[in-house]
Amino acid sequence: MTASNKVPMIETRNLKKYFKVKKSFLHAVDNINLTIDEGKTLGVVGESGCGKSTLGRTILRLLEPTSGEILFNGKDISKLSKAQMREMRKDMQIIFQDPYSSINPRLSVSEIIAEPMIVNKTFKSKDELLRRIDELMEIVGLAERLYNTYPHELDGGRRQRIGVARALALDPKFIVCDEPVSALDVSIQAQILNLLMDLQDNLGLTYMFITHDLSVVKHISTEIAVLYLGQCVEKAPSDELFENPMHPYTKALLSAIPVPSLSMRDKEIKVIKGEVTSPIDPKPGCRFAARCEFATDACLGKDPEFREISPGHFCACPFAEKL
Amino acid sequence: MSEKLLEIKDLEVIYQTDEETVHAVNGISFDLNAGESIGIVGETGAGKTTTALSILRLLPEKTGIVKAGSITMDGVNLLEVPEVEMRDIYRGERISMIFQDPMTSLNPVLRVGEQIAEALIYHNSDHKTKEQIEKRVEETLELVGIPRARKNDFPHQFSGGMKQRVVIAIALACEPDLLIADEPTTALDVTIQAQVLAMMVELRRKLGTALIMITHDLGIVAQVCDKVAVMYAGELVEKGTVEDIFESDKHHPYTDGLFGSIPNLTVKSARLSPIEGLIPDPTDLPKGCKFSPRCPKCMDICKETPPKEYVDGTHCIACHLFGGKA
Repeated sequence: MTASNKVPMIETRNLKKYFKVKKSFLHAVDNINLTIDEGKTLGVVGESGCGKSTLGRTILRLLEPTSGEILFNGKDISKLSKAQMREMRKDMQIIFQDPYSSINPRLSVSEIIAEPMIVNKTFKSKDELLRRIDELMEIVGLAERLYNTYPHELDGGRRQRIGVARALALDPKFIVCDEPVSALDVSIQAQILNLLMDLQDNLGLTYMFITHDLSVVKHISTEIAVLYLGQCVEKAPSDELFENPMHPYTKALLSAIPVPSLSMRDKEIKVIKGEVTSPIDPKPGCRFAARCEFATDACLGKDPEFREISPGHFCACPFAEKL
Repeated sequence: MSEKLLEIKDLEVIYQTDEETVHAVNGISFDLNAGESIGIVGETGAGKTTTALSILRLLPEKTGIVKAGSITMDGVNLLEVPEVEMRDIYRGERISMIFQDPMTSLNPVLRVGEQIAEALIYHNSDHKTKEQIEKRVEETLELVGIPRARKNDFPHQFSGGMKQRVVIAIALACEPDLLIADEPTTALDVTIQAQVLAMMVELRRKLGTALIMITHDLGIVAQVCDKVAVMYAGELVEKGTVEDIFESDKHHPYTDGLFGSIPNLTVKSARLSPIEGLIPDPTDLPKGCKFSPRCPKCMDICKETPPKEYVDGTHCIACHLFGGKA
């Protein structure tokens, strides 16, 4: 664990992922630099279309990066061959958003959990495999009687537990959680969040937790990165971000959360005007400027610098201190 | 403002299929005054949408059956009104509904202006001319914050938030007395959700429309509603004013569970306290209190006898914990 202070588990350097659309490019992930230390959780928040899922998938190389580097424990994995990458994937897993469409409906619960272990041949005997399946089902809280059931017989919460068990099957070190609780009811959502946090404590996992739900992200993350149109606009330790948001977009995002208490009822909510602008060939400059009430000419022309304003608190707004 | 607009009494709805009977709504009662807003909160399968559909009499024919109870609007029992009258007078004109998913509730091959006009043409009791209808369409669009020039656009040219505004415009075109919104912002991003909610609050102030807001988000209820009804397995376990629900310290254990499941933004807590277990199967509901199998405070009596309502002013809780005092 001593090395974890120096070498982060995950690091991206100028990571870019562009998609070609007709004659132009959609900038889904545009120059993102971030680090995740071992055993920590980086929350990634943003609205739909801001590139958070693309970022998660590019880091796992489920999508090929356009340029930039992805470092896993200090080693660049962006140039690895397919075979080398397959080896790496044992350490890097993903939990998908929709437990209804991300698991094969024709396999039983035990078969779904066994699949990654069979593909990667991580067991020596059939007994060992069966024991591992039992163990995984117990870890994620799936009752033994569900062993031979099929996904359609189960509710969303249990299905998501299958997704978690499958991701854990290969003993990964790093898991990308792509909106793992958004499709679930609040009471079930809380069960899954508790499960993920317990697993982190017991197995020392590192998470990248992608979500649009700010209250969830605050609860689970050690650090939070706020994305807007493919760029990271602010990054800070969880509590710091909520107490002292600096970027105008972060502020707007925080004030838009409906709070379940009456104290906020008569307060004027700061509603940001307009909608997300097009990510196709965006002009250089702050992507949020068109919706920002503080924007000046200084915001346009070139991308704002992602500066460290106080220790650990980064923000890409030239006026961060003054707002 | 205090005249009673809608009164639902002991409503019971089942879905009957060849194999089984689903008890979707089991005897709920609440009322709503003109211009008031009530939030119905609960998880998937609690019967929120079924309640809304029975008010509009839009339950699936043959399978969806109202077994008992009454839904009274201005003294008329909607369940006994002939279908023709329901269609001509109530549905779309006096009561309208916004559905959850704006992407699928608009017709993709009609211009949005035509879709708004559709409601106006059908419910044209005061014989508006074509020009008047056209003008009303434009007014309604501007009311929801869409420039009138966009009435000739098709739904695919709008973003999600804008589509939901169009849906709201359609619902409000005939100036209904009651608007039922079924999870109107669930499919939207938070900043867009904030825009749409702020607009709905504003419109309600302007038009004096009563609102039934169906949601699973207690935060939205706190912002938008005057009254709250918490629904579980087809029953109202707790109802009252927003003050009763958000500020009183007496709650149904299920309501406590709902609050415990939401990550708190102001207090840092290590763990959430979720409700264990799952919502009961509506084809096979528990005998006594429906929540008893999941309830951390369950007593022997809960498993046998359905609880009576404990009433404290405007605050009603259906739980044995408070039963003695009722």
